[in-house]
Amino acid sequence: MRDDETSRPSPETLLKVAQAEEAQAAKGKLKIFLGYAAGVGKTYAMLQAAHERLHDGRDVVVGYVESHGRSETDLLLEGLEVVPRAQVEYLSVALPELDLDAVLARRPQIVLVDELAHTNAPGSRHPKRWQDVEEILSAGIDVYTTVNIQHFESLRDVVAQITGVVVRENVPDSILDQAVEIRLVDIPPEDLLQRLKEGKVYIPEKAARAAENFFKPGNLMALRELSLRRAAARVDDQVRAYMESRSIPGPWPVAERILVCVSGSPFSETLIRTTRRLADDLKSTWHTVYVETPGAGKQLQENRERVWKDLRLAESLGAQVATLTGASVPEALIDYARKNHVTKIVVGKPTKPRWREFLRTPLVDQMIRLSGSIDVYVVSIAPAEAAKKEGVLHRKRPPLSGFLKSLLLVLAASLLCQPVHAFLAPTNLVMIYLLAVVLAALRLGRQEATFTAFLSVLAYDFFFVPPRFTFAVSDTQYLITFLALFVVGVVISTLVSQTRERAEAIRRREAQTATLYYLSRDLAAVSGLDAILDALVRNIEENLQAQVVVLLSEGERLEVQAASGGFTLGAKEAAVADWAFRNRAPAGKGTDTLGSAKLLHLPLQTSGDVLGVIGIRFREEQEFTSPECRRLVQAYAAQAALAVERAQFARQAEQAQILKARESLERALLNSVSHDLRTPLVTITGALGALREKDVALASEAKSDLLEAAWEEAGRLNRFVGNLLDMTRLESGALKVKESPTDVQDLVGCALAVLEPHLGRRSVNIAVPSGLPPVRMDMVLMTQVLVNLLDNALKYSPPTSPVEVAADIVGDWLTLEVSDRGRGVPAGDLSHIFDKFYRVPVPEGAGGTGLGLSICRGIVEAHGGTIEAHNRSGGGLRVTVSLPVI
Amino acid sequence: MQKVKNEGGRPRILVVDDEAAILRFLKSALPGEEYSLHFAENGHAALAAAAAARPDLILLDLGLPDLDGVEVIRRIREWSPLPIIVLSVRDREDDKVAALDAGADDYLVKPFGVAELQARIRVVLRRSLQQAPEPVYRFDELEIDLQRRKVTRGGTEIQLTPTEYDLLRLLANHAGMVLTHGQILKQVWGNTYADQQNVLRVTMSNLRQKIEPVPSRPRYIITELGVGYRLKSA
Repeated sequence: MRDDETSRPSPETLLKVAQAEEAQAAKGKLKIFLGYAAGVGKTYAMLQAAHERLHDGRDVVVGYVESHGRSETDLLLEGLEVVPRAQVEYLSVALPELDLDAVLARRPQIVLVDELAHTNAPGSRHPKRWQDVEEILSAGIDVYTTVNIQHFESLRDVVAQITGVVVRENVPDSILDQAVEIRLVDIPPEDLLQRLKEGKVYIPEKAARAAENFFKPGNLMALRELSLRRAAARVDDQVRAYMESRSIPGPWPVAERILVCVSGSPFSETLIRTTRRLADDLKSTWHTVYVETPGAGKQLQENRERVWKDLRLAESLGAQVATLTGASVPEALIDYARKNHVTKIVVGKPTKPRWREFLRTPLVDQMIRLSGSIDVYVVSIAPAEAAKKEGVLHRKRPPLSGFLKSLLLVLAASLLCQPVHAFLAPTNLVMIYLLAVVLAALRLGRQEATFTAFLSVLAYDFFFVPPRFTFAVSDTQYLITFLALFVVGVVISTLVSQTRERAEAIRRREAQTATLYYLSRDLAAVSGLDAILDALVRNIEENLQAQVVVLLSEGERLEVQAASGGFTLGAKEAAVADWAFRNRAPAGKGTDTLGSAKLLHLPLQTSGDVLGVIGIRFREEQEFTSPECRRLVQAYAAQAALAVERAQFARQAEQAQILKARESLERALLNSVSHDLRTPLVTITGALGALREKDVALASEAKSDLLEAAWEEAGRLNRFVGNLLDMTRLESGALKVKESPTDVQDLVGCALAVLEPHLGRRSVNIAVPSGLPPVRMDMVLMTQVLVNLLDNALKYSPPTSPVEVAADIVGDWLTLEVSDRGRGVPAGDLSHIFDKFYRVPVPEGAGGTGLGLSICRGIVEAHGGTIEAHNRSGGGLRVTVSLPVI
Repeated sequence: MQKVKNEGGRPRILVVDDEAAILRFLKSALPGEEYSLHFAENGHAALAAAAAARPDLILLDLGLPDLDGVEVIRRIREWSPLPIIVLSVRDREDDKVAALDAGADDYLVKPFGVAELQARIRVVLRRSLQQAPEPVYRFDELEIDLQRRKVTRGGTEIQLTPTEYDLLRLLANHAGMVLTHGQILKQVWGNTYADQQNVLRVTMSNLRQKIEPVPSRPRYIITELGVGYRLKSA
């Protein structure tokens, strides 16, 4: 790129280009061989290209190629590696399909996949082959594929118009947009027909049928034109993209935004396709919205489902989708259009009879009146098609009991009027009937209320308008009363029921918002992964009436972390969850991927990472496909992902804290080791050095003092090393508790025997009742506990004070107590003295290693027991060890 | 089987250790006037020397460069009952039991005092050099007359059950030496009781109640933690 040739593009543009290129680099490249009919030579061209690539030294394999017995094609297949096809069992017939996993495992550079529009056998991972191709592309493998123009979603109606054949195998246009290269495979229709006659396309009898139906010269020419135009449009796009990336100024169209509204009517689909084509032509973005009016609550379920289907179709065609709520459709639409800077609105041509326009202004007219600067495109819908589909749309009839209740209401009103009609003018009785209408509107519904109004007129006429008990009317004035009663009744019923339905819609929305609020509140209230998952599962179970399973990634694998009670995840569902996790996309029931699963699996995705998968099983079938439900569970999943991430961060922070604590502990250990190892050595080497010196004459008393000191210090050094070894064994888990029944008296005796040399003239009071039953423990280790405790007691108490040892069994616990009459331990330190390297400051400096008590605690806890220290009344410390007696 | 040794009556001791410092220390701790010392620095040399030099006692380190000390004990025991005292830094009870059960006569954990070592050597040598066992054991106030099966403390006779007496007699026959739980069980109760430590513990507790003045601070029968028992000797 030279600066004088092009002006500098904006950073945003460059970023977009870089991102697109990056995504392209990570994903495989798609090359489409586009034809306008079977037999134009797409597969042949693809295989030729494959051979060229193979010649260039690329790693090319055939994923799936159907030669249809054409010998030229078969010949070209030679010399190419073919991945064996998968056999999918369906209705006890093995259907050959592309083996997606084999291709992914083989990881070639380029894979050939014929017939992009193919529908996979039921039970395959994806319902459509183009989805297989997308997965291969995301794995970074290039794909060569073939497709005919009539399979593109947006062209379906056009093709149907041209050929009269409705194509069922569709490919979304987005896949064409993804293609890095489109190779148009084109031969003149005459040549194609010639090939058909020669039997090169289909076997003879099939060929004859095909020639009659599809392969008419007119059809072929039209399809050819379509494919040429599509390919040209594609080139146009590339030129545009190139110019944009190089900042070449051009005649840019103003940014267009198109809006289409769907209503669940049978024509919505056509409207959506048309809008997509329009958006393509205008290079614009487009929106599809559904407006929920107060009446929508009353619409039958089928209609709702159709709306969801329409919205999903629009989404798959690349539209932005939204559901709006409003009292009037046109107002809500125009409002949305203005907020989103929509420039064009597409509406269908009205199909209702002209006379109905007098009752209600058609939507088109309302839109045009409100639209202001926004263009309104009116699209026609084939009347034949409309008539055919009209039958499907019928309103639900309210149950008969509703009308019966109306009848009762009118009867009641009439009975009420009976005693008072003598005092009131007949016109005033109308008010009582109006009351019945209002009641019906409030309690029953719009149709019932209208029916009530109608009945009221009849009853009023029959019972109270003279001549009474006939429908005849003597005074024509009453006709106005009748009309007013009826009109007011209908208006009231409409207004009341509308209000009620609007409230209902709001209540539904509110409920959804509330459940989300509850979830976020519950998630915020707890900490710790388990509690968060628990809250999540509980909320989904309660609010969505669904079963749920949560899987989180443990390294490379997914592990079930929480699930509804009694819920187990089969191997198949686990595989679907795994797919959703790896591909960061929803999978399972209600989606296009592995739709035969029983659960809907959503990835738990945060900005950076996929943490796991949440699997949901709704109670009602239609909830799997409902966009409302989907949006809600996706909101749940997003919240859950954030909470889980928070918990994981917390855990990491905790681990960092532990690491820090361990570091400071290690520092303490080093300090202690260097201090405690060196100090005795100072005395020992000093004493030995003095004795070794020949020139220094020592009194025999001094000599023996030196020797005694050296001897004591050597003992201390040995004890310290022993403690260090014990601590190391205890911490590394090398210390195994070998429990066996132990005589408590023997235990005490052994401990005292070890300390015999240090006891001197100290009196030791032993209070061990004879006849204590043996207690299971590791005698060696517990003796050491007693030795350490006694050693401390001796060290930290005056040389003449007594030391006490007591043992007893109380309930299920054996208690061992070692008490002294020393200075005790400051209250604040009591809970710390069993910590490693914790030393109570002692003025005389007779400090121990800071290990003895922590070793005691380690051993006691390994026995399932407890150890605690208390200051005694009257001075001194008492350490109590409690061991469970089993 | 042993005869009183010549070389001026000095017992011959084979020291097996590869640490020069330890060898040097033992040389000065066991004076040449009393003992005649021989040295071997590894397991194989020890086995050869045990056969060639015919020592009266072996002081054996377990951590040898070529063979494990326990293996050395086992091989010597294949042909000779000559006394072996293990000197090792391995202080775990399992190591002690393994060496003792393999046939070692005693076990001293390094570091140890010279007095302690000399006492142990004396006990072992006395036992192996004497022709017949002493008919009477005496320590402090306790007296065991093995011929008359009579036990007295301070002149008062103590009544023991037959099992308690068997246990005490076994300990008295090996006075001053450690016997492992397994060794005691096998010899007093028979092979089938080799794992029944409980039986031993209960009998020992009862025995101590009878012979010890303060059972919780035994003076005669010492518990070797996790290993076995030792009856004190003069």
